[in-house]
Amino acid sequence: MNRETADGAQGEISDDENSTLQGSNGQQIVKKQRPVNLQLNTISFPPAAISSILHRVTGVALFFALIFVIWAWAVSVSSAEGFDMVVECMNGVLGKLIAIGTVSAFIYHLLGGLRHMVMDMGHWEEMQSGNNSARIIIGLWIVLTVLVGVVVW
Amino acid sequence: MVINQASLKRDGVQDWVSLRATAVIITFFSLYMVWFFVSTPQVTFEIWQGLFSALWMKVFTFATLVCIMIHVRIGLWQVLSDYVKNARLRVLLQYLMNLLAFAYVLVGLFVLWGV
Repeated sequence: MNRETADGAQGEISDDENSTLQGSNGQQIVKKQRPVNLQLNTISFPPAAISSILHRVTGVALFFALIFVIWAWAVSVSSAEGFDMVVECMNGVLGKLIAIGTVSAFIYHLLGGLRHMVMDMGHWEEMQSGNNSARIIIGLWIVLTVLVGVVVW
Repeated sequence: MVINQASLKRDGVQDWVSLRATAVIITFFSLYMVWFFVSTPQVTFEIWQGLFSALWMKVFTFATLVCIMIHVRIGLWQVLSDYVKNARLRVLLQYLMNLLAFAYVLVGLFVLWGV
């Protein structure tokens, strides 16, 4: 019997692995041998789990990216020399990479947040719809990141 | 029955609402900035500074920074409490990160003051 658990881990259970005990009142107690699979690299995460971890990773990344964003904003808005300096930084390879990375992380975090809000309204809460919405936002994120990458570069 | 709540208590409902309410404001600010960059053919220093010298934009920017501080206060707490099991390290990281979030707000305040 092939079972898929809620976290997507695949496990094999055959019926003869289930041991049957006799209870004190004569009833049968079936003790199921649940699959134990803690080898993380063998577990295939479902899209919803990947979506969740990406939301966290991009959130923390954005928090630190704000150091660059707020620095660039503060310097560029304060003086004309500062503005020119930031423009020069943004034209460099490192500046472009940081900009694309920050915008990309923001796009994902925003899409993930919108998905959360739809779920708050009571939609996309089933296994199938939840995984589909996760696939869609991950796909949309990749497309938008490529688009932003082309425009910024 | 009298309930005396004399301590600083965490409130899950308040966190839930705050996270979303602040997210909406941050989203609107970001969309406005995207629109600004898309609709402005050549962003010069005069246009850029002019944008942030308007009072409503100062208010919008500062409100967004405060929202970011509230948003990351909840979000980083969620992440840290899941992955950093050592209480001392977690509290230290939380303290430093909240301080950084507060610094973002202060930088924003003083920069907007001078524009």
